[in-house]
Amino acid sequence: MYTTEQYEGMLAETVILPGHHADLINAYFARPLGAGPFPGMVLVHHLPGWDEWYRETTRKFAAYGYVTLCPNLYFREGHGTPEDVAALVRGAGGVSDDQVLGDVGAALSMLLALPYVSGKVGVFGTCSGGRHAYLCACRIQGFSALVDCWGGRVVMTPDELTPKQPVAPVDYTVDLSCPVLGIFGNDDHGPTPEQVNQLEEALKNHGKIYEFHRYDGAGHGFFYNNRPSYRQEQAVDGWQKVIAFLDRTLKGG
Amino acid sequence: MCTMIAQQIAIQGSGKSGTSWFRLDRVSVSYDHPFDIPLEYALNIDFTNQAAGPAARVAVELDAESARKLVEVIQEVMRQAEAGGFVEG
Repeated sequence: MYTTEQYEGMLAETVILPGHHADLINAYFARPLGAGPFPGMVLVHHLPGWDEWYRETTRKFAAYGYVTLCPNLYFREGHGTPEDVAALVRGAGGVSDDQVLGDVGAALSMLLALPYVSGKVGVFGTCSGGRHAYLCACRIQGFSALVDCWGGRVVMTPDELTPKQPVAPVDYTVDLSCPVLGIFGNDDHGPTPEQVNQLEEALKNHGKIYEFHRYDGAGHGFFYNNRPSYRQEQAVDGWQKVIAFLDRTLKGG
Repeated sequence: MCTMIAQQIAIQGSGKSGTSWFRLDRVSVSYDHPFDIPLEYALNIDFTNQAAGPAARVAVELDAESARKLVEVIQEVMRQAEAGGFVEG
């Protein structure tokens, strides 16, 4: 917890890294100043794109002591405002799971190569990013913590599978190698409370370490303070749960 | 993407963004998270020109009832236009 006598400083900038298939993509990067070692975080952005909320959240994690990298998963679609680029991706039915795995894996590798990163790196995502974060924590070895905030379509029916999303992330749960924090709103339509229960059942059946927090009076995206879905009380509590989980998992021991 | 409910078709037309008109060659229709209308999900229509890049976009976000009304009114206007012999091709 921050106290007023402490020094605080950070560096935040856009960087370039080789993503899936070694394609050069950009990413937003923020780190606390100092020699470290600091734990790391990869942020997987949501449907509205590589947007201001994700850049703010990248800096937020840095302020809490995490070297944080948020790759632009829509880099290949061209450039414009985050909304225009995200609308293009939305209309095309999203980007493929394989491409996201490649980009997020590259972000993890970049963090682990930095001399001031401790070796423990978590992955965080909201909405479609929550789904992708879950998928990445299962398919990519090396993450030490997963935060899934209301990831939709983690649990999928066979008719929901597409060439870009050929496997439901929940079906990879057996390969998950790190503790999970799940944050969900009970009024959400994607994931529904029933789907959250199914996800919890899968984690339980495979003996995974997890904690879920389900909030009444909240739906989808209740951390987004720039949207009407924002729920102040639930968001404040949810953020406390996120930071406490990461501090315990990535800074402890 | 959260719902993945999206379809695209090729079109011919023009769209206006700001004070400028540009050629349209594609429309994407999705029912997913909107950017502006204060709803969790909306019917989103993006008219675009693929060659001109992401900024060449005329965007509309509608609630479900408005979307259904829009479909009906387009169908009715096209019916009248065809009945009047105004539609070429």
